[in-house]
Amino acid sequence: MSRFLIKRLFSATLTLFAVSVLTFLMFFALPRDPVTGMCPKNCNPERLERVRDDLGLNDPLVSQYAGYMKGIVTGRDLGSAQGGRCDAPCLGWSYVTNEAVSDTIARVLPVTLSIVIPAAILWLLLGVGLGMVSALRRGTWLDRMAIGFSLTGASLQLYFVGAVLLLVFVYNLRLLPVPSYTSIFDNPAKWASGLVLAWVALAFLFSAIYARLSRAQMLETLSEDFVRTARAKGLAKPTVYGRHALRAAITPVVTIAGLDVGGALGGTVITETTFGIQGLGRTAVDAVRSGDLPTIMATVLIAAVFVVMANVLVDLLYAAIDPRVRLR
Amino acid sequence: MSLSPVEGVALAEIESGTGSGGPGVKGVVGRSPGQLAWLRLRRDRTAMVSGALLVFFLLLGLAAPLIEMAYGVGPREQFQKLLDGFGMPLGYAGGVTGDHWFGLEPGLGRDIFIRLIYGLRTSLFIAFAAALITATIGIVLGALAGYLGGWLDAVINWITDLTLAMPFLIIALALTPTLTLRFYGERGQVSSAFGVGVLIAVFAIFGWTSTARLVRGQVIALREREFVEAAKASGAGLGHMLFRQLLPNIWAPILVSFSLAVPQFITSEAALSFIGVGLSDETPSFGRMIYRSLDFLQTDPAYVFFPGITIFALVFAFNLFGDALRDALDPKSSR
Amino acid sequence: MTDEPLLRVRGLTKHFPVRQGLRATGLVRAVDGLDFDVRPGETLGLVGESGCGKTTTGRMLVRLLEPTAGTIEFAGRDITHAGRRELRPLRQDLQIIFQDPYASLNPRHTVGRIVAMPLQVNGIKPPGGVKARVQELLELVGLNPEHYNRYPHEFSGGQRQRIGIARALALRPKLIVADEPVSALDVSIQAQVVNLLRDLQRDLGLAFVFIAHDLAVVRHFCQRVAVMYLGRIVEIGDRADIYERPQHPYTRALLSAIPDVTRLGPAGRIRLSGDVPTPLDPPSGCRFRTRCWKARDICATEEPALVPRDGGDQATACHFPEVAGATEAIVEEVSR
Ligand SMILES: Nc1ncnc2c1ncn2[C@@H]1O[C@H](COP(=O)(O)OP(=O)(O)OP(=O)(O)O)[C@@H](O)[C@H]1O
Ligand code: SF4
Ligand SMILES: [Mg+2]
Repeated sequence: MSRFLIKRLFSATLTLFAVSVLTFLMFFALPRDPVTGMCPKNCNPERLERVRDDLGLNDPLVSQYAGYMKGIVTGRDLGSAQGGRCDAPCLGWSYVTNEAVSDTIARVLPVTLSIVIPAAILWLLLGVGLGMVSALRRGTWLDRMAIGFSLTGASLQLYFVGAVLLLVFVYNLRLLPVPSYTSIFDNPAKWASGLVLAWVALAFLFSAIYARLSRAQMLETLSEDFVRTARAKGLAKPTVYGRHALRAAITPVVTIAGLDVGGALGGTVITETTFGIQGLGRTAVDAVRSGDLPTIMATVLIAAVFVVMANVLVDLLYAAIDPRVRLR
Repeated sequence: MSLSPVEGVALAEIESGTGSGGPGVKGVVGRSPGQLAWLRLRRDRTAMVSGALLVFFLLLGLAAPLIEMAYGVGPREQFQKLLDGFGMPLGYAGGVTGDHWFGLEPGLGRDIFIRLIYGLRTSLFIAFAAALITATIGIVLGALAGYLGGWLDAVINWITDLTLAMPFLIIALALTPTLTLRFYGERGQVSSAFGVGVLIAVFAIFGWTSTARLVRGQVIALREREFVEAAKASGAGLGHMLFRQLLPNIWAPILVSFSLAVPQFITSEAALSFIGVGLSDETPSFGRMIYRSLDFLQTDPAYVFFPGITIFALVFAFNLFGDALRDALDPKSSR
Repeated sequence: MTDEPLLRVRGLTKHFPVRQGLRATGLVRAVDGLDFDVRPGETLGLVGESGCGKTTTGRMLVRLLEPTAGTIEFAGRDITHAGRRELRPLRQDLQIIFQDPYASLNPRHTVGRIVAMPLQVNGIKPPGGVKARVQELLELVGLNPEHYNRYPHEFSGGQRQRIGIARALALRPKLIVADEPVSALDVSIQAQVVNLLRDLQRDLGLAFVFIAHDLAVVRHFCQRVAVMYLGRIVEIGDRADIYERPQHPYTRALLSAIPDVTRLGPAGRIRLSGDVPTPLDPPSGCRFRTRCWKARDICATEEPALVPRDGGDQATACHFPEVAGATEAIVEEVSR
């Protein structure tokens, strides 16, 4: 088991390394000259050149990359123009926003977490619940309703649903304030009311996939031998369905959920844009638009970390849920 | 978990037994598993309705220039005279008239109906092309990884993980202008064909992973089967193994995943437009239309309604059909 | 006995590593040093309990598995580690029939395609055309040649096994490895398929390695029989010798399990006690000793060699082989 874990962690690190290299290279292929972003109109060529030098943009790519990675691991000195000493997980200095990238991330990461985590809980409960009910009541109107609901959700787009929700609840009925982010520690009620539309929109769309998946899985498991055996042995229905069937049916759901949540944590670009909330996703989009390399690197890496971690976690969960996997 | 060969065959035997009769009965041409699935699909009402809807959409897209001729309005014509001083269409429901069935766009005053038809054409083309390319990449990589195993499998798996770890929207956002600059320089007029090509390329880079994983799993389940060994014992090469022996047995899940990938690419195209990547306004596409229309949610709801409903109907039909296809190809999976 | 063997196997061994994670934690000694020959047109039966390594042996012979050690010579050429290209000309002479008639036919191919597959992958164009050849083959194995366009699911188990046989015959092989070709079939159909194989063997002059898990099936089919136990051959000899003058205790035990071997009388049924030991850790000395009623100390320390007794063709790996004509003594010994 620990061997398996070490192997997984090694390949995960390798993946993150590759992501960072690719992002770095891609940035230097970007059409924008990063320096123009930080220097307003009347910049003469000499000054631009000096700024480039200060930022190390004239160094060879490899040493720039090495410097960046060193900053993450040990911290580094960025020079007075960039806020001086930058401590251990040093993500660099953004010359577009004029702040340390780690500060930016510290500001926007809680926003994305506040959107994704409650939404994920909501969509998992809703999706798996619907899927199970429709599998157990197969062929009834309840089942058909659930299928209809999930197909509708799977066919809708978030920005569309979001726009309609905004129109109805914020602009017409005025039941909710314009979506915004408040820290949960400052004012939990405001936190919830500002984000609830985003949760609902995400949950509606995502739960659809889970309802379909868990219904299909549940049906397949219910027809399998061990469930029939358990029923034949006289175990009570709830025990069989709850303990045996659900356990087996949930495994593939966990895989997809891991990837989805990991992906969403890396930035809900569309959600944040639709509701006008500045989280990781919007920050990343802004950074790409303004050619802000340190911020792009940071957001892409964080997104990748979430996905990769989710992958590892899913593998471990898999082994915990399904003993067959442990035999590998 | 998976269907054991014996069960599957026994099942098929039962079905053919009740249908056209067993081997002893006359009639020389047998029914292939594909034909049996087709019969099941034909009996499924949902499949037939959604399938008909899809064919209808496809025909609309294909016949766009003909429709333009019959309708008498082009996708780039502007009808400023029919807008009020604020650029909003005159009349009811966003300017719906006998000439302009779905009304006019606020601002530019272009006809929504004909732009939707052309948008359908663009979006379907992009989605089908992307689905075909990603399916091809996924099938080849997945089959190689699954069949050969070993280090190749490890490498392909790792590339899959890497692709999944790259945040798609952000990378697409960064990649698109880069590609455009590489080909057109600072101020070149970007042709719409190029924009479409870039979108397809971006989808191709990111979209193959699920097919690859699916095919890999299926191939691993099949490769120890004795009919595969039989081919190997006769000296069959890699190509024969993959494309003659293995692939014919996994067309069903590939087809299903293809039919579910197309609507995904339609919505992805729209999502990319939404964050400002993708096609220029010159090329009518669903994504562009939805994106532009959202600003008029309050002032001109009809403008949001028509593209929104069309794209929903299209994606919904695809999803319905994909589900029905899955049922028909694998009768055990649900029902 | 003077002609060259078609197949010559020496010290054939297959060990499967057992892994936990990345670490190899053990070796399954599935096949552990087999020696035997098969002459042209000869049928050799390979018999033994489940798990003794018969399938592994068969798959090594047709090179679906890579041997760990030993050599396989076919028609005078060493094919032990030959690559696909080198094997190509030999593939046509060396074919396999599988145990499971359901898994061994591609469900998405018509019977015609299945039977034509060996021709196709070897680029062979028979004189009268592929279709004619396939129909000829179908007829040869007793199937309606008109069923060329049908799919495997439309056939019964016995018919499917005939399709598998037709496929193996397509290249006109000299040797066929048949891995329990009838054990998945109904008893009534088993006899038909065995008879078919025997007719084909006789008419086409084929050599066979016929794998079976009991001695009853190979009795009327095989000229020579090799008995396997836990990865080794314990006794090999002509049919008459094996069935009438078995020298190894294990062979005797297998024989006594056949209902119609009544010569031993009701008391003669030898029930082997205990389970087959795991091939992960086979017993020292004679592998059969944990279940052998004749085992002595030497059996645990010294491995008996497979050596011919009485100067004949029959070889036995046992320190205390039966002496011819001593059957009654055994019966007494067992019933005590
Ligand atoms: N790929 C493998 N990896 C590890 N062990 C294996 C593998 N294939 C076979 N074995 C082991 O090798 C031994 C011999 O297996 P084999 O299939 O050759 O037996 P068999 O005589 O054909 O049995 P049966 O009558 O059940 O078909 C068994 O203990 C089996 O578990
Ligand atoms: S060698 Fe010993 S243990 Fe082995 S079979 Fe002969 S008597 Fe029995
Ligand atoms: Mg076997």
